Amino acid sequence: MSGKGIRINGLRKRYGEGDTAVDALKSVDMQVAPGEVVGLVGPSGSGKSTLLKCLGAVIAPTAGEMVLGDEVIYDDGWRVRDLRALRRDKIGFVFQAPYLIPFLDVTDNVALLPMLAGVPNGEARKHALDLLTALDVQHRARAVPSQLSGGEQQRVAIARGLVNRPPVILADEPTAPLDSERAMAVIRILNEMAQEYETAIIVVTHDEKIIPTFKRVYHIRDGVTHEEAGEGKGFE
Amino acid sequence: MISLAGRDILHSWGKFVFTGFGLGLLIGVTLVMAGVYRGMVDDGKVLLDNSGADLWVVQKDTLGPYAESSSINDDLYRSILALPGVTHASNVTYLTMQVRMDERDVRSMVVGIVPGESWGAPGWPPYLVAGRQITRGHYEAVADVATGFKLGDILTIRRNRYTVVGLTRRMVSSSGDPMVFIPLKDAQEAQFLKDNDAIWQSRRRTEVNPAFNRPGVPGLLDAINASQASSNSVNAVLVRIAPSAVPDEVAESIRRWKRMTVYTRAQMEEILIGKLIATSSKQIGMFLVILAIVSAAIVAFIIYTLTMDKIREIAVLKLIGTRNRTIAAMIMQQALALGVIGFAVGKITATYAAPLFPKYVLLMPQDSIVGFFAVLVICALASVIAIRMALKVDPAEAIGG
Repeated sequence: MSGKGIRINGLRKRYGEGDTAVDALKSVDMQVAPGEVVGLVGPSGSGKSTLLKCLGAVIAPTAGEMVLGDEVIYDDGWRVRDLRALRRDKIGFVFQAPYLIPFLDVTDNVALLPMLAGVPNGEARKHALDLLTALDVQHRARAVPSQLSGGEQQRVAIARGLVNRPPVILADEPTAPLDSERAMAVIRILNEMAQEYETAIIVVTHDEKIIPTFKRVYHIRDGVTHEEAGEGKGFE
Repeated sequence: MISLAGRDILHSWGKFVFTGFGLGLLIGVTLVMAGVYRGMVDDGKVLLDNSGADLWVVQKDTLGPYAESSSINDDLYRSILALPGVTHASNVTYLTMQVRMDERDVRSMVVGIVPGESWGAPGWPPYLVAGRQITRGHYEAVADVATGFKLGDILTIRRNRYTVVGLTRRMVSSSGDPMVFIPLKDAQEAQFLKDNDAIWQSRRRTEVNPAFNRPGVPGLLDAINASQASSNSVNAVLVRIAPSAVPDEVAESIRRWKRMTVYTRAQMEEILIGKLIATSSKQIGMFLVILAIVSAAIVAFIIYTLTMDKIREIAVLKLIGTRNRTIAAMIMQQALALGVIGFAVGKITATYAAPLFPKYVLLMPQDSIVGFFAVLVICALASVIAIRMALKVDPAEAIGG
């Protein structure tokens, strides 16, 4: 694995204590290389969301190790002091619903992250516009989210996830609200962006249509992951 | 960094403007209430200023003539004039009553002054806006324009009729009633003279009293009746002293030699503002406190609701790395913006509404400045609840499951 990507070894997460304790994650091992898009699938209650929250540095795992790029961020305890900055600079998020900020236009929705990181407004907007152009939504740059179609909103959300060039993007069912054609378009964009920006992308999904597009798929059941080779159809 | 609060306000400006308008009306009421209090204080000071007096000589051990009734003999002023340091001493009466004109009547303070004195004597209206001062001994009047009377109008006070010969402005009692000046003799009659039936009853009782109707003493009964039917009392003597004289020293001299109660300007101001309108000021103060609490509650509720509407966005902002202070600043800036909009609406409303109130409403710039900062503080405090709630939002809420 190169200097980027994400590696997880023996990750565990326990909620509660004593008799009421629940092991949501029992043993999770994952490795996603830069430029790779992998699927994470599993039934409800299997631990997908908990894993996503741990990977997103939103909740602390109970044990295990997480390495982001060259940096160990968790090893039986957080090794990073500022988790907020970690999320801002090193992790991109794409949600099931786009969750764009309704009172910001498309450009500022994307430019907000670099602005939060201290990048000057003009530079942040230019970078955002470049990404919007790459995702073919530059013509809606001045529109507010409510004026966009579902597909356009999702592309803007992807641009927001990519704008700080994070080593990893966590996509939580990004195609759920879209029809097949648009869902495939989103997966195509994610693959292209992963290649172009050398980003590792983990896509949590239930969508049977897009599962065959992944070259590797992690199945999670009862808090344990199993890696399987995917079909990798359509984006070779 | 862009202003998240500013963008949100621009995005939903209608909601902010209408909410600010509602809040503004409440702030406008608060400003008017403060203006009512200032108006009462100003009325009191104007009453003292316009009286032109340095000292008020009143009945012993009373707080007259404005806060309590006071009755002193109308020849006392002569001996006061003789005291060192005194340049003017004028009799004056005050009587708050309904002054009638045709079918309507106006609540007024009728002031009895001595006509024919030099211009600017204590008690006189210091300036006129139309007509002339009272020159005749009877049946002429000078009215404040707030009474609505005009030159030439015929007024009825008790059983006499008076022609308005002059109009003045801002001559009001401490409770804001406009003044009507009439000659002193008429005012004494209006204040102290009994009605015909009462006089008849009194004469009859005197007549049957052997002590007052002695055989062989002709003229005694007539003299007693005459003394009962006439009035030689006034409410106060207004004294003006020489520029070189010290008010407290002159006042002490009058107290010592005339055995009267004397008030200086400072003491009279304390009586008017500290005692006469003290209860009203407390009442208004209570209203101001209640209005401030209600305003704070409304702002808190509005900001809380606006923040609740953005919980998901706040969760996303926190997830993508927005600092807590950026989110707190966004909420507080919105609360402050609401306060600024509300204050602007309130100030404009109060300015245009104040002249419509029957009593004098004095909107002072310093009250507006204090009010503005009070609104900002209230809004900032009111946003604390919403900020606390926003800071408790778990960024994990943005992630499903």
